[in-house]
Amino acid sequence: MPTYLSTYGFHGVHGRALALATGLKTARPDLTVIATGGDGDGFSIGGNHFLHTCRRNPDMTYIVMDNQVYGMTKGQASPTTEPNWEKGKLTPMGTGINPFQPLVIALASGANFIARCSSSDTNGTARILMEAIRHPGFSMVQILSPCVTFRPEQRDWKHLLVPSPKEPTSDPTEAARRLLKDHGLYTGILYVGERPVYQPKLKASVAGVEAFDEEFRL
Amino acid sequence: MTNTSHGSVRAIRTTEELLAYSLAMETEAVERFNDLAEQMEIHHNYDVADLFRKLARIEGLHIDNVKRASAGKQLPDLLAWEYEWEGGQSPEGGAMEDAHYLMQPWHAIELAMQGEKRALAFFRNVAATADDEALRKMALELADEEEEHVTLLQQWQERFPKPDKGWDVDLDPPAMLE
Amino acid sequence: MYCQSLSIALTGSGGSGVMTTGSLLLEAAAKAGWYGFMSRSAGPQIRGGEAAAVVRLSSEPTESPDDSFDIVLAIDPGSMARFMAEIPLRPDSLVISDAEAGRRGGELPDVPARVLDLPMQELAKSVKGGRPNMIALGAVARMIGLPADSIHAVLGKLLKSKGADILEASWACVQTGFAAAADLPVFDSPAPASEPCIERWSITGNEAAGLGAIRGGIRFVAAYPITPATELLEWLAAALPKVGGVLVQAEDELASINQVIGASFGGTPALTATSGPGFALMSESIGLAVCAEVPAVILDVMRCGPSTGIATKSEQSDLNIALHGLHGDAPHLVVAPTSVTDCVFTTQWAVHLAEALQTAAIILSDQSLGQTRAIVKRPADVSFIAKRRVPEQFEETYYRYAVGDTGVSPMAIPGQAGGQYTADGLEHNQAGAPSSLPEDHYAQLEKRERKIRDFDYGQHWADLEGSGATAVITWGSATGPVREALSRLRENGKNIRLISLRLLAPERPDDMAAALQGVNRLLVVEQSHSRQFHRYLRAAYDLNAQVRVFNRPGPLPFRPGEIMQQLNDWDAEAELLAARNRFCSFNRRNTSRRSSRSGVPVAVILVSSAHSPRPLPACRFSPRKRLLSPALVVLRGCRPT
Repeated sequence: MPTYLSTYGFHGVHGRALALATGLKTARPDLTVIATGGDGDGFSIGGNHFLHTCRRNPDMTYIVMDNQVYGMTKGQASPTTEPNWEKGKLTPMGTGINPFQPLVIALASGANFIARCSSSDTNGTARILMEAIRHPGFSMVQILSPCVTFRPEQRDWKHLLVPSPKEPTSDPTEAARRLLKDHGLYTGILYVGERPVYQPKLKASVAGVEAFDEEFRL
Repeated sequence: MTNTSHGSVRAIRTTEELLAYSLAMETEAVERFNDLAEQMEIHHNYDVADLFRKLARIEGLHIDNVKRASAGKQLPDLLAWEYEWEGGQSPEGGAMEDAHYLMQPWHAIELAMQGEKRALAFFRNVAATADDEALRKMALELADEEEEHVTLLQQWQERFPKPDKGWDVDLDPPAMLE
Repeated sequence: MYCQSLSIALTGSGGSGVMTTGSLLLEAAAKAGWYGFMSRSAGPQIRGGEAAAVVRLSSEPTESPDDSFDIVLAIDPGSMARFMAEIPLRPDSLVISDAEAGRRGGELPDVPARVLDLPMQELAKSVKGGRPNMIALGAVARMIGLPADSIHAVLGKLLKSKGADILEASWACVQTGFAAAADLPVFDSPAPASEPCIERWSITGNEAAGLGAIRGGIRFVAAYPITPATELLEWLAAALPKVGGVLVQAEDELASINQVIGASFGGTPALTATSGPGFALMSESIGLAVCAEVPAVILDVMRCGPSTGIATKSEQSDLNIALHGLHGDAPHLVVAPTSVTDCVFTTQWAVHLAEALQTAAIILSDQSLGQTRAIVKRPADVSFIAKRRVPEQFEETYYRYAVGDTGVSPMAIPGQAGGQYTADGLEHNQAGAPSSLPEDHYAQLEKRERKIRDFDYGQHWADLEGSGATAVITWGSATGPVREALSRLRENGKNIRLISLRLLAPERPDDMAAALQGVNRLLVVEQSHSRQFHRYLRAAYDLNAQVRVFNRPGPLPFRPGEIMQQLNDWDAEAELLAARNRFCSFNRRNTSRRSSRSGVPVAVILVSSAHSPRPLPACRFSPRKRLLSPALVVLRGCRPT
């Protein structure tokens, strides 16, 4: 992703984007930090970082391009793949297990802004990303991005996804109820929270490192 | 998407607005064709890449036309998502999923033509709903222009045979491994 | 008459307060002018197991345990059984037991030393809120000639926060113990430090590493708690905010190292600290720091492995993973402090190197260094600080990974206009764009290796001391006992060189060749079962000398006497061999004669003549199979084990 933009970027190891971004944002609060990844990256190998970054709530934006499949390694089931998809090469009988519900989990873990977009709605996505970046705290944006190579049926998403009929809520209970009921098909900003943002103050209180000597001196 | 995330589409009321909309439409068309050309180059589909570049250049000429027509006018300054397109998407933008890395010139022209047809419908709709005569006149002019494009593209397309079924079969499909 | 040092152990069940007692004793002795240290030994349980605080007090700075202990205070006598191997005793050592406490909580095992009884539990009961460990403290103070007042001063400092009642009860117990020790023997005490005006510090290896990190410029730390690195993190968590930095408690070690890389990418010098299990988790991302050329400092406070191993005890067995644990060709730095004090210098140096060379620097400390509190001379200020090569201006195209002259290419800091680039763990070209071209791969591999290989590390690559044709080569916490062994041998007129490596990677073949110039015997001392250090030395260097290895796994520390024994045995064998060779060349046919001109015992000559005379092969001696007499050596040859 950063290679397509004229900005500073870091292409790290699979699953660790949020950890890297957290370190960068914590040490350099003046920067606007955006982490991007896929569904396998964010919710499987990087699942623990996803939970704890939501929980920590640093002021940054996480964009997950969710195509419900591992496209780069040629079409295995991902955590968001439905249980009966039988074309996964490692799960020819389907995974048989419940898909991960990223936005429900983001909400439960403490994300401060939750939105879902469709990659075919570029303008709507752009607007939501702008809101996500502006909102303080950890903003989670799921962009449903059809993988027409491995999941040609996902072309239909275009017709299935509909804008949420309701205004964003700031009530986590209400947000949870909506997210659990919408079958993952409502787009738009779904939750806008007011949780406290993680940002340690980086302000020295001593003149220099000699200050520590006193602690050890007999 | 069959709807916008903003609710119902607001009618265009002034020539300035119409010019702003057509400028955005043509600009998006240029960006889209250049994007598609780049993607085709990655897949070594150079014929189609060249064709998309050519389309991008042609749309670029339209931008110049619109700019000329806008001389001396104060166009509204809108952000991408503030345009209230039918379906949330500019008629000549998006639809990237209709592209395929093995697509042939026929497909590329078809893709462009569908965009022009959507643009034609857009301008006709503006003309039909315009209260203002100057706006209606301008919308019809722009519609005529799009219609001309559709005709040109149809003629262009006839130079290429319609690909046979199975044109997208790839025995050695591409993969970006990580 | 003052002796040079006194070694005192306090043993008890977990929660009996032996660590506090040991710390108080050390602090009070330091106030009275002594050097010394306290190290800890505990079972894996945080409480409920057994614990021992081990204190050595001396006239001069020391970080080596002595060969045996002078005084043991077995507060819970039964707990002593767990420490029989760790607390070697002499017949004249004194064990203070508490027979009454033993009847309930386990009797004192048979010990090869004098045993005297002090009813510490009963005495503690005579004070409201009294505790046996404070009785022990008072008693030991009197036995070693430490004035009770000096205890009072440190007690007030330590227990300030616990409230007046606890302080009062503790002080009453100390006085009670002091009085009760009137009948106990008095030990010769070390002379107070001969240079009383020198500034002395009380510091642990973990604190020293933290201080070195901050002095070097570290302002961001992310870590996950793990024994025995936790105290280092706790110290940094409190210290970093004072200098405008921060410590983030991460969700796991994968997050720790990646947060560190992220912070460092942003221009903030960053470090993580962990122990073996956490280090293993980090290895993929350490490779990322190497490939993307982002400075990162990783401090591994080693403990016994593999797997969870023995979390509370020391071992030098993460050397292999530190050197070779990264996938692909991933040249990086590995350094090791050689003493508690050196934790300051080496950590500071590592920060400087990581920043200057834009790579990962791994520091191998261990439980023994990290959790030892030592009274030391104030660590010298050194000028090493984090200084990264940053572009001052940008050309049309910024080549982040330009191969350049030294291999260290200027690294733009996010926010610098014109320096936009993507740091990448994918192999890349000079501009940073992903590339699978062979020429890009070769060029970048070579760049990353060259920048650390050709750097001038000066004399810091190793501690080199002494001279002579015999050398002991070691690293890390094993250096302390080796240093003391060689110092004792020097007093006996034997000059032996010490080579203690601080820089383990990259290799320094020229420096090593110079250090080994004139050496014909080399003893390798290391605390690992599989001889990781020896294997490393053989792979990395030409060791043109006879080589022997004295190795054993943790947790038992090396003692100077054992190292002296290794060297003395080797001498004796060599003399014997020389004698045998002289004899054999004198008269091969007369080997059955019952006398010889060399004066070597007859039996030996008879048997040894059955072998063709040839030099002993380089081999390893297990300390358990200690040679009974020089004669047996020749009979059995050297057993390659």
